[in-house]
Amino acid sequence: MTNGNGEAEAGAVQVRGTVLTVRRVDAYHAMTVVAPAIAARFRPGQFVTLAVGGPVTSMLLRRSFSIHDVRPDHGGTVEFVFAAQGPGTRWLAERRSRDVVDITGPLGRPFPIPRDPVSCLLVGGGYGSAPLFSLAARLRERRCTVDFLLGAATGDRVFGALTARRTGRTATITTEDGSLGARGIVTDMIGQIILEARTDVIYACGPMPMLRQVTSLARRYDVPVQVAVEELMACGIGVCMTCVLPVAGTDGITRMVRSCVEGPVFRGEQVRWDDVGTIPFDAFGAPGWEPRSRRVPGLPGARPAARSRGAGP
Amino acid sequence: MTPDLRARLGQAELPNPILTASGCAGAGRELAQFFDVSKIGAVVTKSVMLAPRAGRPTPRMAETPSGMLNSIGLQGPGIDAFLQRDLPWLLSRGARAVVSIAGGTVDEFAELATRLSDAAGVSAIEVNISCPNVEHRGQVFACDPGAAESVIDAVRRRARYDIPVFAKLSPDVTDIVAIARACAAAGADGLSLINTLLGMAIDTETMRPVLAGLTGGLSGPAIRPVAVRCIWQVREALPDVPIIGMGGVRTGKDALELILAGATLVSVGTTIFHDPSACIRVVRELEEELARHGLERVCDAVGLAHEPRGAARRRLTGIL
Repeated sequence: MTNGNGEAEAGAVQVRGTVLTVRRVDAYHAMTVVAPAIAARFRPGQFVTLAVGGPVTSMLLRRSFSIHDVRPDHGGTVEFVFAAQGPGTRWLAERRSRDVVDITGPLGRPFPIPRDPVSCLLVGGGYGSAPLFSLAARLRERRCTVDFLLGAATGDRVFGALTARRTGRTATITTEDGSLGARGIVTDMIGQIILEARTDVIYACGPMPMLRQVTSLARRYDVPVQVAVEELMACGIGVCMTCVLPVAGTDGITRMVRSCVEGPVFRGEQVRWDDVGTIPFDAFGAPGWEPRSRRVPGLPGARPAARSRGAGP
Repeated sequence: MTPDLRARLGQAELPNPILTASGCAGAGRELAQFFDVSKIGAVVTKSVMLAPRAGRPTPRMAETPSGMLNSIGLQGPGIDAFLQRDLPWLLSRGARAVVSIAGGTVDEFAELATRLSDAAGVSAIEVNISCPNVEHRGQVFACDPGAAESVIDAVRRRARYDIPVFAKLSPDVTDIVAIARACAAAGADGLSLINTLLGMAIDTETMRPVLAGLTGGLSGPAIRPVAVRCIWQVREALPDVPIIGMGGVRTGKDALELILAGATLVSVGTTIFHDPSACIRVVRELEEELARHGLERVCDAVGLAHEPRGAARRRLTGIL
């Protein structure tokens, strides 16, 4: 949903949303929450965060999940997919219809959508494929063609294989044990698909090693790639600075940027994959780093606004 | 009756005593989508340094029972960008700005104090001499009374006379009162208690430390009793020095606990990660708590727990 300028309403909202359903989907869970304000602002690639464990929880950090789908029913619902593998996600899996959850969103920078009807390859690893289906719908609105390439360790961990087959021009599935589709990993198949589908742009979402591989292959075939990264987050709104990774800017300067607000979607070739988990020596503000000039890059030279201090007497 | 929440910060009056805690609210901009940042007492910014700083490698965070470890390492854009971009934004929103500063040397702290004094609109300076996420423990000035004194002395000399200077102290010391006394003697207008505790977590699957920086600062409700103890001890020794209390405040009741121990203002920190609108909720809950106890003004509750048993109750019921 967009406003008159064709842009979604800006900013995120924190709401108490009513759980509509929690259902098993193969190895994962999908939760649908009634949250009209989040649904209205959503664009593909964005995520939500949820508080887990109830009002007196000992688990302080919100859990973040990319949005799988939004629907107009009940005023607007949001669906996300998760693997119940820790105490926080198990608590979520135990929620029932009509329970209330504290949910914030939509957060992060969405996938950019091409202006022209081009050929798009959507690559997903595990339940990382969850945000790709709403992206595919948006791409089809722009008359883009969509090819899917989904992979996981086993067949029950490939999320959305059926939807991909139903909605994609082609859908290629890989599993490491060969239980579904071709035996192997997604990156084994990319080259062949790019050539056959004449791919113009790749969108990828999944574990970091996969994104790194997809980016390197996309470079080899000279296809632009947009990746949605999965980094450990504490707040999801840009204040805690835990989810940073080294990204080279268009000005050539590498900065430690927050994957929650500057991301989670980045141009793959701008992420310095070899340096993720480190502070590269040439990163903005790294030890020994020297500014090229005293002027801070990317900032207007505006003078601070004058204002009297504090409240009146 | 609606309790009077107004509180003082130096000569300035704040609408209420609830602030953000440094490092948990950026410079306020991100939180503004969840509540009006001018409606809380003040925004305490993430510690600003002279030069841009990239911080420590990732992973920088680990969840612990009722808390978390962080090892950010003071990532930030530096004072130039702060003065050009962040401070004007805060002031344009009508928020009060308490600027936290951090440095590696006494001179860096002094230079930061000068730069902030030249800018308009700084409500107070919080001197972060206690960040545990630095390469050398020797840089934690708050672990040594002499070092703490020299930093606070330099900042107080360079900061404009009407900007109050608060020293943020570490609970990781044998005698926090000795450090507090040194800071007060050096001219600190107040004390911020407490910074995070140095902690560590090990992943039993990989059998390696969770944090890339190995150690990190422990925060969250898990450390609230430590905060209450530190505030209590310092208030007992230095009853006239204003205290900004912080450490695991999650609700208005928690804020009241720190106020009863002796805090005049209370910062909400890690809880913001759990609930981005926590600050404004704590303001509301504190108001309800005070009303429930029949306290007309929040300043009447400051340090009330130090009075003899029964004194607080008698005062409330008007027997005395």
